[in-house]
Amino acid sequence: MVCDSCHERDAIVNLTSIENNVVRQLHLCEQCAAERGVETSVATPKHPLGQFLEAVQQQTVPASVEAGKCSFCGHTMKDFRETGRMGCARCYVSFEMSMRELLRRVHGAPRHIGRTYHAPREEVFEKAGALGELREKLRRAIEQEQFETAAELRDRIRVLE
Amino acid sequence: MTLDLSLLPDGGVRWLDASGQHSDVVLSTRVRLARNVDGYAFAGRARDGERLRVLAQVREALQRMPAMPESFMVRVDELPAAERAMLFERHLVSRELAGLEAQHPLRSGAAVYLSDGLSVMINEEDHLRMQSLQSGFELRAAYAALDRVDRELGARVPFSYHSEFGFLTACPTNVGTGMRASVLIHLPGLVLTKEIGRVLAGLQQMGLTYRGLYGEGSEVVGNFFQLSNQTTLGRSEEDLLDTLIRVVGHVIDREEEARRVLLRDAGYIIEDKLWRAYGTLRYARSLTFDEAMNYLSGVRLAVGLKLIRGLSVYTLNKLLIFSQAAHLSAAEGRTLTESETNLARARYVRKALEEEAGAVG
Repeated sequence: MVCDSCHERDAIVNLTSIENNVVRQLHLCEQCAAERGVETSVATPKHPLGQFLEAVQQQTVPASVEAGKCSFCGHTMKDFRETGRMGCARCYVSFEMSMRELLRRVHGAPRHIGRTYHAPREEVFEKAGALGELREKLRRAIEQEQFETAAELRDRIRVLE
Repeated sequence: MTLDLSLLPDGGVRWLDASGQHSDVVLSTRVRLARNVDGYAFAGRARDGERLRVLAQVREALQRMPAMPESFMVRVDELPAAERAMLFERHLVSRELAGLEAQHPLRSGAAVYLSDGLSVMINEEDHLRMQSLQSGFELRAAYAALDRVDRELGARVPFSYHSEFGFLTACPTNVGTGMRASVLIHLPGLVLTKEIGRVLAGLQQMGLTYRGLYGEGSEVVGNFFQLSNQTTLGRSEEDLLDTLIRVVGHVIDREEEARRVLLRDAGYIIEDKLWRAYGTLRYARSLTFDEAMNYLSGVRLAVGLKLIRGLSVYTLNKLLIFSQAAHLSAAEGRTLTESETNLARARYVRKALEEEAGAVG
């Protein structure tokens, strides 16, 4: 359907208006709708954060400083610019300078003041992680009717429990 | 693996039962927390094996959690596309987790834990997306239920956390609290009186944002808006909730005022228009999704204004979910073409309204 106002672009908004007790249905494109004060879901550029970061880095970080890779996942700032996503938690430390500035600009504040968190002691989650993994293997072994493996896995789970 | 949503009360759509506060205007409240399991790359970057290990670890922790009683897991990565689409249409998983987006193909290890009103998506953009869905305007209750899940799970699984930046997430826009609190609100009065532009602009000044029915990137249809906090860092969860509660309260007042103005200044026109919407839904033989949403919006408004009586808001809310393409295909037991879907939608809506038609007046 073509926009009732400009007769050029595709209409994506149905606007119902009442003027002098007359109801009018208008089919408008995004631009003409915006001119009438109706905002539609904003079409965002593909990875706006990446572009944002680029601008931040040009101003604050010498090009050489954070050119490297994240020591944990190998993500680079180029990856971030392309995807708008970080690769892992360690990325925030690997690219700390840029991230601090980016977060300050995105959120208007640089520091977390919400709920604080302390991770559980290592042995608690190591055991939980190992148990979870073993149970998953057990499930698959049973599915594939590998009963010897399954029995072995069951014993290992019992020991851990 | 097959999907059995009958394990959930009302098939997982109880958040639409119109039992909460202001449910004639606010359909539902949703709060979500984004968390990542420490020691793995984020889900988008991780290898298949890493995601499966995350799943195993979280699964182990969730199996014995009092905060999520009677929950069950659905391996989204093992479901056919039609069932993944149904989960998405019920708002139980995101489009990304369901693997319905071309740029985000289905990930191995994608799963969701479901219980009444609470869910945990695993291997979405973040390892964990926990959410609480409640009927009506119930932000505090929704957050309180979710906070329990967060604390119990965080005591069993180590989350990625940075003393300065807070909870770390794949997208920097979620860093800090990782919290997005939103209400799904129906604002036909503000749209009809053309006040909506100003109201939405005002929201942005308060640090809030709006989206369509399906969250990020979705279009506004049927005058349904999702209002939520824009930022997640530098403010506490309570502060973010307080702002949202205050602003949404104000938006509800403005909507109610707009409805009063409409009735006062254009009473018979509105009444005629809304009954015509009802008439179309009752008798149309083919309805597109957008048409159905727009007419349902009109009928919802008529029920709110008491111009139409005897029709339950829950029935109307359920139509929003069950008249979607994947649900209609499932009900017919085969994949429908677009025109068949429109016929099936009209048939479904007619039947649902017919059941209550005796009381309508």
